[in-house]
Amino acid sequence: MPNAVPLSWYLILSAVLFALGVAGFLFRRNIITVFMSIELMLNAVNLTFIAFSNFLKQVDGQIFTFFVMVVAAAEAAVGLAIILTVFKNRATLQIDEVASMKN
Amino acid sequence: MDPILFLIFAAIAVVCGINVVLQTHPIASALSLICVMGSLAVIYLLLGAQFIAAVQVIVYAGAIMVLFVFTIMLLNAGAEKKSAGSLVSRAVGAPALVALLGFLSYVLYRAFPNPLAVRFGDFTLGTAESVGKAVFTTYLLPFEITSVLVLIAILGAVLLAYKELD
Repeated sequence: MPNAVPLSWYLILSAVLFALGVAGFLFRRNIITVFMSIELMLNAVNLTFIAFSNFLKQVDGQIFTFFVMVVAAAEAAVGLAIILTVFKNRATLQIDEVASMKN
Repeated sequence: MDPILFLIFAAIAVVCGINVVLQTHPIASALSLICVMGSLAVIYLLLGAQFIAAVQVIVYAGAIMVLFVFTIMLLNAGAEKKSAGSLVSRAVGAPALVALLGFLSYVLYRAFPNPLAVRFGDFTLGTAESVGKAVFTTYLLPFEITSVLVLIAILGAVLLAYKELD
């Protein structure tokens, strides 16, 4: 098979990126990096949508990716505004120092 | 040619993805994330999704990441401090992640074996024309609802930033 890539390769790449996103989300302590890990997971899911869109020869997967991108843009705008407000009130970006709901 | 291009850009995406997680400084993470998004755009092109590849570069690697970098600069975010994680999570976390990944890869590889291949040029519906047709006919209602969502996001961001000022 010189000129074709198996579908599973695309899906495995997507799984690897998603796992990296989960790892970043769980292990990192900087609120902005946690937010970027979420974007990484969204990108991984987009790759799966596009791969299946190609595999099934339907354009619908790409429409879903388009909507995911729009939602990601809205999420980034609101999320970063929230981060700004948190920083204004607490003067920190460490998520374990913002724990007033826990104590 | 296809597998070579795929492997090169998949390797770039994975290495930069690991870098996103491992870097302690947020600006380094952000630049690595831009790199991941760029290589994913090339992979979208390989899959015949031209329009989405362009949107990926313009919206994701462009607009969203500029917003991130702008926020990092504005807040003058430095390297993050290490926090005291629990011993259990430290010992179990990485092996559990590798196990999950291995299991996922195995399942995917069994579910879609080699003959189900994706060939460059097989799929020609990824143009702006066909995507636009689908968006404005079949998916017209979701598209309009999305515009309401974006409006709400604008209002929310303005409200939060307004409270920031006083």
